[in-house]
Order: sequence, then structure tokens, then C-alpha cells
Amino acid sequence: MTDSQHWVHICALTDIPPQGSRVVERASGNVAVFRTHDDQVFALLDRCPHKGGPLSQGIVHGHGVTCPLHSWQIDLASGEARAPDQGCARHFPVKLEQGMVLLAL
Amino acid sequence: MDMAELQGKTRQKLVVVGNGMAGIRTVEELLGLAPEMYDITVFGAEPHPNYNRILLSPVLAGEQDFKDIILNSVEWYAEHGITLHMGKNVATIDRVRRKVIAEDGTEAAYDRLLLATGSTPFILPVPGKALDGVISYRDIRDTELMMDAAKTKRQAVVIGGGLLGLEAANGLKLRGMEVTVVHLGDWLLDRQLDDVAGDLLRRALEERGIGFLLGKQTAAILDDGQGGVAGVRFSDGEVLDAQLVVMAVGIRPNTALAESCGLYCERGIVVSDALQTYDPRVYAVGECVSHRGVAYGLVAPLFEQAKVCANHLAQLGIGRYQGSVLSTKLKVTGIDLFSAGDFMGGEGMEDIVLSDPAGGVYKKLVLKDDKLAGVCLYGDTADGAWYFKLLREGRSVAELRDTLMFGESTIGDAGVQGQSKAASMKDSDEVCGCNGVCKGSIVKTIKDKGLFTLDEVKKHTKAASSCGSCSGLVEQILMSVVGTDFQETPKTKAVCGCTERSHGEVRKAIREQHLLTHAEVFHFLEWRTPNGCATCRPAINYYLLSSWPHEAVDDPQSRFVNERVHANIQKDGTFSVIPQMKGGVTTASELRRIADVADKYQVPMVKVTGGQRIDLLGVKKEDLVNVWQDLGMQSGHAYGKSIRTVKTCVGSEFCRFGTQNSTQMGIDLETMLANMWSPHKVKLAVSGCPRNCAEAGIKDVGVIAVDSGWELYVGGNGGIKTEVAQFLCKVKTAEEVKEYSGAFLQLYREEAYYLDRSVHYIARVGLEYIKAKVVADAATRQALYQRLLFSLQGLPDPWAARIAGSQKNEFIPIKLQA
Repeated sequence: MTDSQHWVHICALTDIPPQGSRVVERASGNVAVFRTHDDQVFALLDRCPHKGGPLSQGIVHGHGVTCPLHSWQIDLASGEARAPDQGCARHFPVKLEQGMVLLAL
Repeated sequence: MDMAELQGKTRQKLVVVGNGMAGIRTVEELLGLAPEMYDITVFGAEPHPNYNRILLSPVLAGEQDFKDIILNSVEWYAEHGITLHMGKNVATIDRVRRKVIAEDGTEAAYDRLLLATGSTPFILPVPGKALDGVISYRDIRDTELMMDAAKTKRQAVVIGGGLLGLEAANGLKLRGMEVTVVHLGDWLLDRQLDDVAGDLLRRALEERGIGFLLGKQTAAILDDGQGGVAGVRFSDGEVLDAQLVVMAVGIRPNTALAESCGLYCERGIVVSDALQTYDPRVYAVGECVSHRGVAYGLVAPLFEQAKVCANHLAQLGIGRYQGSVLSTKLKVTGIDLFSAGDFMGGEGMEDIVLSDPAGGVYKKLVLKDDKLAGVCLYGDTADGAWYFKLLREGRSVAELRDTLMFGESTIGDAGVQGQSKAASMKDSDEVCGCNGVCKGSIVKTIKDKGLFTLDEVKKHTKAASSCGSCSGLVEQILMSVVGTDFQETPKTKAVCGCTERSHGEVRKAIREQHLLTHAEVFHFLEWRTPNGCATCRPAINYYLLSSWPHEAVDDPQSRFVNERVHANIQKDGTFSVIPQMKGGVTTASELRRIADVADKYQVPMVKVTGGQRIDLLGVKKEDLVNVWQDLGMQSGHAYGKSIRTVKTCVGSEFCRFGTQNSTQMGIDLETMLANMWSPHKVKLAVSGCPRNCAEAGIKDVGVIAVDSGWELYVGGNGGIKTEVAQFLCKVKTAEEVKEYSGAFLQLYREEAYYLDRSVHYIARVGLEYIKAKVVADAATRQALYQRLLFSLQGLPDPWAARIAGSQKNEFIPIKLQA
């Protein structure tokens, strides 16, 4: 990570429903922050690489999310669409510290 | 020692003898199920990786190159850590020490052994059979020999007028040889066609310049004095000059290796329904096996076997191979023929025949007990896939009988445009209207990626992956491209890639084992993924809620976003809000509130829906809860796999034709069914007279008032493919309307698979079954009705629950502090 990026405190882990997400509003595009079944957190630009669907509204399964518009499956860690679809949603560094979610923008 | 090494130690060894389509397909299936379970070693007698044997004929005909038909490159084996021994014949199997030994001394030990040794061509036991220039037609080497011979030799005789023989003859003719086909039978393809179609085929091939001698028995192959072929002499003394003789009189399972190690063989290596031989460590698939007394020589059954065998090798232990129904297609460009089942007919069977010899079209359908038993098509095979499906499903065709001969398009079952002639479509013709996929790109993807099933084509091309109405057409295209390799979609399909289980099995387990949560289902049914996927989770959620009402707890995270936030997501991520408006009846005060909400939240569009309600489109997610609160109305469930709306006409209150109060009937039904979840959306309509202004004929439950009571119709659908509802029964009172339609809907809720509309459910179980449960049997009907009322009892309006604060967080975006 470069020095220009900084960690921003987002919310408590418990503010995100398990296997769910929250949207972080941002002028240059909203970020979807996901919480998986094993309480890991991931952050992606809230735009499916296919037709811009809001990934935050998809069903979270394992470490993936299915876009609600046309069911593309996106890997949460890398943002890559799962084969045979091709495309990538930008992912952001995110971490947990003492139950708080921190996002690097 | 790290984990990888540790696992490496515990891996079992699988040795595959036979590097052909059956063996490698099994390996591929196995890698999909349990990629880490085995160290795999493959022995192949040919010096090539696995190639598509079915496409040898196009190679011979000069339409494709050998490199085009390779299915698995050498790199593929390396990528999957498979040890590949090409060009090595396995000489012995030592079943005691559990190892195989190749002719060159290469050894490989096994825990499990898979035999896929295929078949060998049958060589007529006539003098001269070993002469130079006498070949069979089995592998790429034979094909290359024929291609070389065509360069230097003039005349060829093909012995055998079966599929392979004709394809060889066609290829040799295209390469410039004079070709005569000699056939013992009275007509060509006598195992695949009847005499009329066989005759049409002969004439078409004669026009291409191929000669035929039918009813001829080969007596000897003549020597040219230098060890080469000079000609063929027949039992009647006639002699035909030739420098090349192709024997294509049949194949027999290659059991030599299996027999040499003492495995029990009959015509082929005898296997169980699990594709296991008499030695439990040894499995066998493909043309070398004999299953229930049948040895198959086509590819489709091999793939079905591969699936089952891989499942058992992966120690999942489910799945049985129960034999295959075969269909035939000749791969000679420009000649269309198709046959399946018992196409010869006979006692107790009826034929329907369409014969147009001048036009080159012949179709014969053989029926037995109102079911399709066989089909033989020549010249126009567009409906082959459809007939084959009817044949395999064994469903009654009594109702279709009048139009059966004219194909799927005449019964309006071939997709939105009634387009059913996949073969005659142009490459630029659009197949999938939802995703804009044309025929050419589907064909190209099937060829490039080597696809064999509808599911694979859906994934790679997106065709038929949205509304699905073009599935039949895509399946036809697949069939026309891959011919007999085509694998029909299995009837009992797995729910999704997370499991082998079908919808029926999942629901049965939930009911019988009293499973109440997703976790219990995943555990009990051994799901492959930790928590399912976007396909299975919503289905399981529905099965749990419908099987155990008031016990199973709804899991919002397993619902599609629309059901989770009680509104319909739009393409820009905003939502549409439709409040309940029972029977389409509203009031001035409700309209005023809707107008106020539209102003306050700057709703971009207000639209009247087809279900007699008002839709507010373009509402932001964070405004949803406030919009609901300001509306002060209940959720219209316009977003769910649930009750939607009950459409009504004005009925006897105002209309001069109305016979009953249809509006009130609709309101009563909508009140009764409020908040009902179902396998798919459920729409109702009530009309006050047979003029049917409420369009009850295309609803899941349609009610039409007549002077003496109410007529009930079920299974209508106005969507993707219009389906007219079928008459269920006639009742007298409004209370009976509720009871009968409620009982039908409960039966649908309990038995339909998730995402099946009522029409699909009825097609599966039959209307007679519905009538038996809902109409004829009063006790069953009342029990169903009571169960419906019980499961709906006390269900909260979802909007009210959200206004009260439930899961409020989800609607509020997090704002960054600047």
C-alpha cells in the first residue's frame, strides 16, 4: 500500500449482517463491505464488471458474491469474476481490529 | 512436513488403462468431484492424447484437421498432475500385487483401476483379410492410411453399410476415389433405419457417385501378387476390382486384457450399475463393458457411465447407471437422418408415416400404448431432439397425436419465436433474445470449448441462462453440432454445483429428517460448499419454510435482494415499490398518499401495473422504509416468489353482464393468501362472467363466475411462454372457491420444485393427479386447505416489520467522515 492511502474506520463487524454487506458512500463510487460466514471482511467497488450491478445487494456465499442483476459470481478477495465470465471489480484493502472494520481508500 | 506433502502421502493411486473418450471423461468428472483424492496414471496404446473419435469422419472428409479434434492436450494432463504414458500397450494386470505392466516394462501400482479399453473392429474371417490395403476404420491411424491411399489408389470397396462404413465411403469419395459399398443387408443402415428411409439414403449417396451392392456376401479378398489388394470376390462369384478395402462390419468390446487377468467377461467386461467389475477395486467404462447384457458403441452412454463411475471413484457412492436409450445420427454433411428406439414397429404398435420421396423427406413415428416408442427421420431431422425427449420421458402423447408428426413448433413449444429448425437457422439468427446470443456464436463455442451438455452451453454462451425459453432451441443446436455425443439434460437434475442431490431429494430429507436450518441441510446432505450458493440457498430456504411453517426460521441472507428488502431492484440499483391493492380496488385517500409519496421522494415514474396496482419506480434503497411508512399500506409482494395479486373485473355489483361479485371474491382470496411464499410467483384472477375481462385463463389460479357458481382453472401463465389454464372443477359457493383454490395452491407449495411455476408442476405430475387430490378426495382437500391456513396464520406484513425497525441497518449507507 502507498503512503497516500489511509485506513478509515467504517463500523463494527457486528454492524454488518453475517453473509451480508454494507454500502460505504463515496463520491468516486460506493464501496461494498462484505462479511462472510467465517467473519472475514472484504471490500469491493459496488459495481459488477458486467453491467454495473450493485454487488452489495447480492447473495454472499463462501468467499464469493452473486450479482443481483445477472448472476455473475465475483470472488470477494480478488474481485475477479468466476469462469467462464471474465472481468474484475476493484478491491480495496480492509481489515479487522478489535471488532472494528477498517477500510483503506 | 507441510500439508501438501502430508496429503500426497495419503493420496490413493488410480490407474486408467485406455486414453480414449470414456476413460478421460471419467477422469475429468472425477477431477471435478475430488481433485485431490488420487494420483492418476493413464496408459494409452495410441501415440496421441485423447481425441474426439466421433469426428474422424469430418477429418477423413477433409472438413477438419486432426488438431481440431483433440479434446485434451498433453499440457492438460500435466496441469492436472496426471502421469501420461502414450503409445504404451498394457500387457498384464497383476490383481494380487495391484499393478499394471506395459509391454515395454513400464509398471504402475494402483489402489483403484479403471479399464477403458474400448472396442476393436471386427474383421471378416475371409482369405486375404491380412493383405496390405485392407484396413478397418477405428482410429486416427486408420484415417491417415485412408487419406494416403486416396492419393495413390483409384478404387475402394467398403464392406459394411453401417454408420462407419458410409462415413468412410463418403470421405474416400470426397478424396477422389471410386467407391463401392458392399452390404449384406437389404438396405443401408439396417439397424438404424427402416427400408424406406434406407432406400432414400442410398439414392442420395448414389447421386454423390457412391456405388452400392446390397445383399452381397464377401467371399475373399484377392491378392495382386505382391501382397497388396487387387479386388473382392463375392459368394455369387462376382469380382470387383479395388486397391483399398475398408472393413466396417462392426466392433466388439476389447476384453482381451480383462480376460487375461481373470475378470469376468461376457460379450464385454461385466459391470454393475456402479460400473464396478467383479473385482471391487477394478472399474470399467465405455465400449469395452457389458452392462445388463448390453455393450454400447456410441458416445452418449459412455458419458453417462463416466459420470456415475467418477462418482463412485470419488467415494460419494450415489448415482446408478441404468442403461441408455440410443439415438443415431449420420455425420455426412448434407444428409440428415435420425433414428431412436424401436423404429421398425411391429405387433401392438402403430405407425404414423409421412412420406415424400420426391422431396427427400420421410418420417415415421412408432407409437405403443399412446407413448412414442420409436422414431425414424430422413431429410428433415429438426425435431429429432424433441422426439427423442418424448421417447425417453415415456410420457403420453395421446393429446399431441394429431400434430405430433408436424413437430414441436406446431404445438407451440419451441421458444418465443416458434423457431424450431435449429439446423436451418442462419449463423446470424438470434437464438437467445434475453442475452443477444446468435446461432453462430453458440456453434463456435460448442466446437471451441468441446461442450456436450446444455448446462455447459448456458454457462459459456449465456444463451438460455435468463428466461430459459430458448432452452429447447439451444439443445437442438447442441444436438446438431455434436450429433450422437449429445448428452440430454438429466431428468432429475442436481440443485446446483454444490451437490449431487435433486430438488426432490432435498425436500424429502428436510421433511423426513425434520431439518430446520440451512446448516442442518448442508451437513445432512453433505454439501460440497461451506454455505451453498445463490442458487441452492434460496431454494433450501423455501423448502424449510414451507415444510416446517412456524418452526423453521427465515434466513434473509438466503433470499434474493428483492425478497430481502421487499422491493424490486432495477437496473440502476434503485427499487420499485408496489403497495397492496386488493382486487385492484383503491380509495381516494390511498391515491392521495401515493401522490404525496411520489412528490416527497421525487419518484421518477408512477405506473399502473398489469396486476391492477400502482408502481412507484426509482426509489432509493435508503428511502424505502420511509416510503412504506408514509404510504401506510401493506406490501404488495410484487417482488417475491410469493402471492402477487388477484386481478378482478367489476362483476355483478356494476356490470350488466356480471353473474357474481367477482371483485369481492378477489379481495377475499387476496386477503386469505396474504404473505404467502411459494415456489415461484403466484397470480390469480377472478372474472364475473365468461367474457373473462380479468384474463383468468392465463393465471396460476383463474376463477370464472357463471350463473350457477364458479369455474376454477389452474396452471395458466401469461409470461415467457403463454399457457392456457386447464379446467379443474366447478364449485357452487365462494367458500368452496377459497377451499379448492387454497388446497391446489398448498399442493403446489408442498410438491413443486423451487422456481417451477404451477404450469411446470402440473406438467410434471399431471392434471389427473391434481384432480384426484383436490377435487375427488374431500378429506385430502380439507387437510391441504387447513395446512395452508396454518402456515399463513399470523405471518407479519414485511413492510410493517421493517418500519418497526427489523434489520434497519441494512438500509442505511455508511457515510465517510470527511
